[in-house]
Amino acid sequence: MKSAVIVFPASNCDRDAKVALEQMTGKTPHMVWHQDSELPDVDLVVLPGGFSYGDYLRCGAMASQSAVMKSVKAHADKGGMVLGVCNGFQVLTESHMLPGALMRNAGLKFVCKPVGLEVEETQSGFTRKYEHGQRVTFPVAHGEGSYFADEETLNRLEGENRVAFRYAKGENPNGSARNIAGILSEKRNVLGLMPHPERVVDEVLGGTDGRNLFHSLIETLS
Amino acid sequence: MTQITAAMVREHGLSDPEYARILELMGREPTFVELGIFSVMWSEHCSYKSTRAHLKKLPTKAPWVIQGPGENAGVIDIGDGDAAIFKMESHNHPSFIEPYQGAATGVGGIMRDVFTMGARPIAMMNALRFGEPDHPKTRHLVSGVVSGIGGYGNCMGVPTVGGEVNFHKSYNGNILVNAMCVGLARQDKIFLSAAKGAGNPVVYVGSKTGRDGIHGATMASAEFDDASEEKRPTVQVGDPFTEKLLLEACLELMATDAIIAIQDMGAAGLTSSSAEMGDKGGSGIELDLDKVPQREANMTAYEMMLSESQERMLAVLKPGREAQAEAIFKKWELDFAVIGITTNTNRLVIKHKGKVEADMPITALSDAAPIYERPYTERKPLTGEPSYDKKKNVLASLKTILASPDMASRRWVWEQYDHTVMADTVQVPGGDAAVVRVHGSNKALAITTDVTPRYCRPDPFEGGKQAVAEAWRNLTAVGAVPLAVTDNLNYGNPQKPEIMWEIVAGIDGIGAACRALDFPVIGGNCSLYNETNGEGILPTPAIGGVGLMQDVTKMATVGFKRAGDVVILIGETKGHLGQSIYLREIEGREEGAAPKVDLGIEKKNGDFVRKLIQAGRVDTVHDVSDGGLLVAVAEMAMVRGIGASIGLAGLPDAIPFWFGEDQARYVIAAPPAEAEKIRTEAQGAGITVAGLGKTGGDTITLDDKDSVKIAALKDGFESWFPNFMAGEEIPVTN
Repeated sequence: MKSAVIVFPASNCDRDAKVALEQMTGKTPHMVWHQDSELPDVDLVVLPGGFSYGDYLRCGAMASQSAVMKSVKAHADKGGMVLGVCNGFQVLTESHMLPGALMRNAGLKFVCKPVGLEVEETQSGFTRKYEHGQRVTFPVAHGEGSYFADEETLNRLEGENRVAFRYAKGENPNGSARNIAGILSEKRNVLGLMPHPERVVDEVLGGTDGRNLFHSLIETLS
Repeated sequence: MTQITAAMVREHGLSDPEYARILELMGREPTFVELGIFSVMWSEHCSYKSTRAHLKKLPTKAPWVIQGPGENAGVIDIGDGDAAIFKMESHNHPSFIEPYQGAATGVGGIMRDVFTMGARPIAMMNALRFGEPDHPKTRHLVSGVVSGIGGYGNCMGVPTVGGEVNFHKSYNGNILVNAMCVGLARQDKIFLSAAKGAGNPVVYVGSKTGRDGIHGATMASAEFDDASEEKRPTVQVGDPFTEKLLLEACLELMATDAIIAIQDMGAAGLTSSSAEMGDKGGSGIELDLDKVPQREANMTAYEMMLSESQERMLAVLKPGREAQAEAIFKKWELDFAVIGITTNTNRLVIKHKGKVEADMPITALSDAAPIYERPYTERKPLTGEPSYDKKKNVLASLKTILASPDMASRRWVWEQYDHTVMADTVQVPGGDAAVVRVHGSNKALAITTDVTPRYCRPDPFEGGKQAVAEAWRNLTAVGAVPLAVTDNLNYGNPQKPEIMWEIVAGIDGIGAACRALDFPVIGGNCSLYNETNGEGILPTPAIGGVGLMQDVTKMATVGFKRAGDVVILIGETKGHLGQSIYLREIEGREEGAAPKVDLGIEKKNGDFVRKLIQAGRVDTVHDVSDGGLLVAVAEMAMVRGIGASIGLAGLPDAIPFWFGEDQARYVIAAPPAEAEKIRTEAQGAGITVAGLGKTGGDTITLDDKDSVKIAALKDGFESWFPNFMAGEEIPVTN
């Protein structure tokens, strides 16, 4: 499995994504600068967390216009896999690669804590190694993670089984519609989620619930 | 040329004797720009003129100290060619005027101090003091400061892993915001600020220079009054996005060998960075201000030299390496300009629009800066044992204390900080010390900030000792070997003899403890004049301590982990209630002597506990500090909801036993067989040890009689802060 991590100015989970990919796949991902308009030949593109371009505009809005995103879209259009975590999820919605938007947290504050999630959809290349309904704990760390979409879109996402992760009962940290934490694209090759699976692959950091996401990718892409 | 008047001299915060000294050093009347430069370089903030004579007494050396005080930050050897670089610094005055930006730029400033030395910042801490909770400004300040710290640190992608928050009326008009940054570098890639050699290009990188923050250093060296709000324009505005780019660009440049010296532009901006670099390098510096990237039109030389615009660095490169450096900064879309050259004249020469605006000997700004042996008047430390009502119910008092402003959970605060980014945070906030793994290894750094200001007013010497001892104890309690400290000395007006005594005694106390515990001071910061309308703060010498763990998997944590463990108290309990949380929260009095720290016992007990952790024999440890023994046990129980049944051991009276704040104590929990061995070994080593009881159940039960549900304790403990912050509409900032 070959992967690339996109580095925007002020991405700050790019190294975490790289380390997690190295640990889980044994291979070092390509680090791709936002001004590069060509992607290397890879199976998976990761859009990491952070504050791309400072996020002084809507989170992810500037990044969605960057040179590299045209190639990321082309990669996804060809069926290549794309994982967007936190700021990466915001970039995916701003790029219209995923529907909806991520708004300011309901509590109006940045929130960093472990949250309980339910794996809702296991029929995807990102989640096949989880059990349906499995409860996992990933940390969140964001100020604008409240998932919003119109009723029709939400119904469609649910109808097409594209809600990959939901915040467990009582765990919704940001007011997301229908407790949605992560969603899949129509072709199910793009996943965006606010919680950070890459921060829970190492036992010493207090959890390994993120590992199965990487195991899923490895199984899908090898 | 502007004629310098007596009024101008005063407005620049310079005294008549100081101005006379300037005339003597210059051999002529200074220009207006030179007056401005003297004003900031001789300010308390930059020159340490009131404290320098006393700071010299602090121990600063140890075999593992690579760089002591005097550089942007201190450096210690943590083995394998790695170095930890750290410092703590205050941003008190700006944060009171404009809490969000004041705190944010405090974080940005201390990060630059660390990465300018070649380190990648890996952890942030902060020590915050606010006024009384019911003071009308407190909520607004807490809200602004916390979101400012988070706003900057979160964007930088450096985890904010802990700190402290206190409330006390002495901070009503003068809050304290002390931020600490810890970074990691290779020992052969450490950058210093000495601009050695002549003819080397001086380059400016980062943000453009604007008119913000002019005279910030001078503001930080004066008392506040009701008109201080008018100083809002002197508070800088932070841009963490630019700082993140600056961090990455600097580290990229540092990976080459193009740099001779580099220093961040912090307080007093271009002035202090150029003067300090020239001074340390024994060279001169000539700057052409026309080349400085400017954000605003028609800036004067005076404004440019005194601007405290953020996210800027000054570097001296090897000749011919400009293009290589420029390419890196252009990649990161940052300004880059060659603005001057080093000389062999030992003078700071400032040119602007074809005119020489300043031409002064650099030593006049550093070595010749005034040093004051300010007079001080000793106050007798408070003594005596306070009285208390012996009939008060112990568990009811415990519940009250756990839900009190200084003792309640700080979760509301630290959940607003990204504390897990960088994927190396092994111990999150809420424990005795934060633990951050050294990336790619099995080693870790333990980090803590400590001081107990309520001990420092009645007894500044013991209070200084205690601050160091508690930091040492907190590092020990997770299993780390304490290595070095940075100090952030927050006091009132040093020109008042009684305040000056608090400073001198505090430094002496810190020195005594650092010597006894082999815990040298490798850097720090003084913040004086923390007074409003003549009312001084509690003396607050905050200590930031760093320790090393060789094997992070052996780390101990606070929470009880199993039912059936034996709960053991290490250290002697005499029942010291003077200046305790109990006395203040339950009896409503701040009285009596501060607890004394016996440094020999401190060391002995701590070394014993650390060895148990390092040997993997104990995984549950908590130091006993604010609130005393029962509070410590309750905190251990609340983590996982595992209770304990414990009893009085060794003292006839329950209240001083459970709530006394005697020092050098730890609570540990271990399975019975191990616990028995530990007790025997402790006795053999002459360490006071007592069995308190056993873990288990969902209550804290005392003497098999009285009990309280942990859930009930936790409810009060967790809800005070959010309830307080939600209590009223918070005034809108900005």
